[in-house]
Amino acid sequence: MRLWIGGGATAFLAGLALIAAWWTPYPVGTIAIAERFQPPSAEHLLGTDHYGRDIVSMLMAGASTSLGVAALAVAIGVAFGVPLGLLAASGGRWVDAVVMRSADLAFAFPALIVAVILTTLLGASAMNAAIAVGIFNVPVFARLAAAGGRRVLALDFIDAARLSGKGRARIALEHVAPNIAPVVLTQAATQFAIAILAEAGLSYVGLGAQPPTVSWGRMLNEAQTMIAIAPQLAVWPGLAIVAAVLAITTFAEGLRARLDPRFARAVVVD
Amino acid sequence: MARRLLLSLALAFATTISAIAAPVDRPLIIGMRLEPPHLDPTAGAAAAIDEVLYANVFEGLTRIDAEGHVVPGLATDWEFGDDGLSLTLTLRDGVTFHDGKPFNADVAKFSLDRARAPGAENAQPQLFAAIESVAAPDPTTLVIHLSRPDADLPYSLAWGDAVMVHPDSAETNKQTPVGTGPFRFERWRRGDRIVLVRNDDYWGEAAKLPRVEFAFVGDPTVALAALMAGDINAFPSFGAPETLPVIAADPRFTVKSGTTEGETIMAINSRRPPLDQLAVRQALARAVDRQALVDGAMYGTATPIGAPMPPHDPAYIDLTGVNAYDPASAKALLAEAGVENLKLTLSLPPTSYARRSGEIIASELREVGIDVTLEPVEWAEWLSRIFRGKDYDLTIVAHTEPSDIGIYGRPDYYFHVDDPRLTEILDALDVETDPAARIELLQEAQRRIADNAVNVFLFQLPKSGVWDARLVGMWENSPIQANDVTGVYWSK
Amino acid sequence: MPRKTAVNASPIRRLLRRLLGLAATLLAASLLIFVAMSVLPGDPAEVLLGMNADPAAVDALRTEMGLDQPLPVQFARWLGGVLAGDFGESATYAVPVTDLILERAVVSVPLAILGVLLSVGIALPAGLLAAIRRDRGTDNLVTTLAQIGLSIPSVWLGLILIYLFAVVMKVVPAGGFPGWDAGVGPALSALILPAVALAAPQAAILTRITRTAIVEAMDEDYVTLARAKGRSVAGAVARHALPNALAPILTIVGLQFGYLVAGAVVIETVFSLPGVGRLLFQAVSQRDLQVVQGVVLIVVATVVVVNTLCDGLAVWSNPRQRQRQRQRQQRRRPA
Repeated sequence: MRLWIGGGATAFLAGLALIAAWWTPYPVGTIAIAERFQPPSAEHLLGTDHYGRDIVSMLMAGASTSLGVAALAVAIGVAFGVPLGLLAASGGRWVDAVVMRSADLAFAFPALIVAVILTTLLGASAMNAAIAVGIFNVPVFARLAAAGGRRVLALDFIDAARLSGKGRARIALEHVAPNIAPVVLTQAATQFAIAILAEAGLSYVGLGAQPPTVSWGRMLNEAQTMIAIAPQLAVWPGLAIVAAVLAITTFAEGLRARLDPRFARAVVVD
Repeated sequence: MARRLLLSLALAFATTISAIAAPVDRPLIIGMRLEPPHLDPTAGAAAAIDEVLYANVFEGLTRIDAEGHVVPGLATDWEFGDDGLSLTLTLRDGVTFHDGKPFNADVAKFSLDRARAPGAENAQPQLFAAIESVAAPDPTTLVIHLSRPDADLPYSLAWGDAVMVHPDSAETNKQTPVGTGPFRFERWRRGDRIVLVRNDDYWGEAAKLPRVEFAFVGDPTVALAALMAGDINAFPSFGAPETLPVIAADPRFTVKSGTTEGETIMAINSRRPPLDQLAVRQALARAVDRQALVDGAMYGTATPIGAPMPPHDPAYIDLTGVNAYDPASAKALLAEAGVENLKLTLSLPPTSYARRSGEIIASELREVGIDVTLEPVEWAEWLSRIFRGKDYDLTIVAHTEPSDIGIYGRPDYYFHVDDPRLTEILDALDVETDPAARIELLQEAQRRIADNAVNVFLFQLPKSGVWDARLVGMWENSPIQANDVTGVYWSK
Repeated sequence: MPRKTAVNASPIRRLLRRLLGLAATLLAASLLIFVAMSVLPGDPAEVLLGMNADPAAVDALRTEMGLDQPLPVQFARWLGGVLAGDFGESATYAVPVTDLILERAVVSVPLAILGVLLSVGIALPAGLLAAIRRDRGTDNLVTTLAQIGLSIPSVWLGLILIYLFAVVMKVVPAGGFPGWDAGVGPALSALILPAVALAAPQAAILTRITRTAIVEAMDEDYVTLARAKGRSVAGAVARHALPNALAPILTIVGLQFGYLVAGAVVIETVFSLPGVGRLLFQAVSQRDLQVVQGVVLIVVATVVVVNTLCDGLAVWSNPRQRQRQRQRQQRRRPA
């Protein structure tokens, strides 16, 4: 049930974000000062913002950025974290120690600190925000994959595989990876939701998306000073973030419930 | 239910929190957007230093009053020698620094020599460029010898960069400033506020406020809330023009839109093709709707300009018509110049006027077929790469120094104006002392700059002051970067 | 089997190992931070002197700040200072970075503590309540609230709180910090809203963890046994389930600490609090490298230390966990 509601809502949002990459009801790059602060109408369902841009279009474009950043951040985490975790689980003692120590080291850098460093190095952008959040995700997935991997490697059928002459890499790839995939998938959904919140925070403090890129966090930032004259500008992007995170966490919950719940939880808490 | 609970909580808190101070003798808490990096006005360019200390803690030989006139400070009067190559100043007697040390001509000589020494940290060496030597024939007489006539010298001496410091405290002024002003420095809680208290041994009329605090609030929303809550009494320069109508509607507050010396420009790197072509620069200027900027970025609080001269200056001429908003003509000019698919980068420093104007200008330039990439930069990078390294296409910035049209006579300045005739005019201005002749020269310079579309001149930065309606004597304008509160008091 | 020695090592040796690991992590982190800062664009000396500075003055300052020295020398100098508690001098404020950080820590540390206390204070009872009333209305309400709390960006919550409590009702200051010398009351009241905004998402996470942990513990045989012996549900929970649930809760508090610190930086911006986070942003934009390095190192060190501490506490909080940990490590061995 939760799986379907959350999944449906997530799919809907993702759909909107995809559409917005090509088309929005009104262009978000065109500023029309004369049309600013319009109340909701048939033309502009949620009205217009302080630059006279259509808020529905802005929210769609913002979804594009926010979900894009989150997706990239999770992809980075999975792409680097899972292989590292598997390496730690199936490699020798030193490999394990090096990978896990590095994961600890990376874990000590909150995404915001990484973003601060990246921003000062490369300038602020949505891409750098995604990388910063992604870097923080790497140890999350590395630990998860390592813990799950060890668990799987301790099972009997692995011994069978080993006896049949399969090497470590082959076992990791053919037996361990498929077995930890559900846990990784569940965690990915959770990290995706966290990444959306992180992007909002980073863009809000100016370490994320930059003009003219539209993002929910930036919309919040821009709306902040208008709270007294146009509070609705702060309401919509905030609601959009809440809705997106709710949808995705609900989806993750559903996913977790569908998979072996105890197994999933135990690994996460490890 | 929840509402009633909150209300009773509200009452309980309100009675414990609101500080009740005696009227009139109340301290003044001034909100500022930026915190000074240190507290020595003679050793840094940050406007925030002067905004806390100028006139309040440190005084110069001359000073600038609220109307922008040069008036006596620690010098009671002054006179140029007949050849214009010396300036003799009579100093005030009986002035002491906050640590009790006396002020005299030797101290004044020390201050000026220190400021103009080669390698000094002073941010405005050009103010003292004409000074050849300084002499102190007696304790109340100071003679400044010049290598060339400098009619602006009395004005230059009024700058924060030329304030009087004592040899014993000069090196520690960055942390614990010791001046001669009506307020003494008490403490600085970094990141939060600087506290000044009344100097009871002041040589002149004592300040009416017992205590002044400068609180640093970077965020406009917090600023608004702090003002509404009474945590801060005044913002001499309020950062969020969009909230001004809300504040103006509240009878507790006074909102004043004053003038500043800040000409906001979109600087053009005229050495980078095709921006070296006049037609392209004109096209840029005509593609920009200044009124849209004034409305959209400044919420109607700014005045459009067409040249680098503030509208309140006697030499000002309205040149906004020279390259008025005309997208069709802008397109035609670009076509004429044979420029197609022009791609430019617009670098934006982190102020809201620059970021907002940049977004609007980018949208406007796109309308005439110029593809603009916005590039947000921090001040550090702006200073090193754009201002000093001159590596940029376009950038938006406000030049806030008073009477700074002289920068257009410097071909090595970051917008690369290469106009020998303009340099000639501005050089002549340096030595011209006759007011009428000066105005004529200034106007000729403005016309040349506008005709050449050196930069796109956007608007004069306003000083949107907001303060408690019971305050009297707050400066409405900003003829110099300062918050002179020496004459401010609470009416009730 | 070298691993065996690690498992069966004496507590003191384990502690030493941990501390050694901690030191190595901190050293690696400081090197990373230093290298990152060294390749920054922009010249700090230039920034300090501003737009119209004289190049000679810039050069003089650069020499004074030691920026003309080779990088390894700069790193060695810096690290040596750090170990002696000296983080160098702030380029912008011209005071020791240590003083600057201490000055700001009196805001950030109480904020973080308040945030942790508040989140644990909300999460423990809420999670407990939900677990005891499992699958009933209360449970659903708590779980739903937690899920919503998890979804609200703290920035947004902060804005809403400012608007409601400071602008509309005017019961607390909208931002800024009066300082502890203004009295504990005013100082705390300035930290309440920020702490709430900071704690909300953490409380949501912790509530869920608490609920799950207690539900799990309640399903264990000994709780059933205790109840069979006639103990009340509450008694059984307090006596058996809660201590056992403490370990995962502590672990999560430790893991979440990084998020909390990052959140505090953002929240300090929203509420204009003169804390370490604001110091960091300011220092970044002014290229005050010494301050950036110092703050980042301290933040990272705090995260590492708190993490290790919570981990250790979780292991030691009850014998069963310790035992489980040992079993797990033994199971790991064949790999």
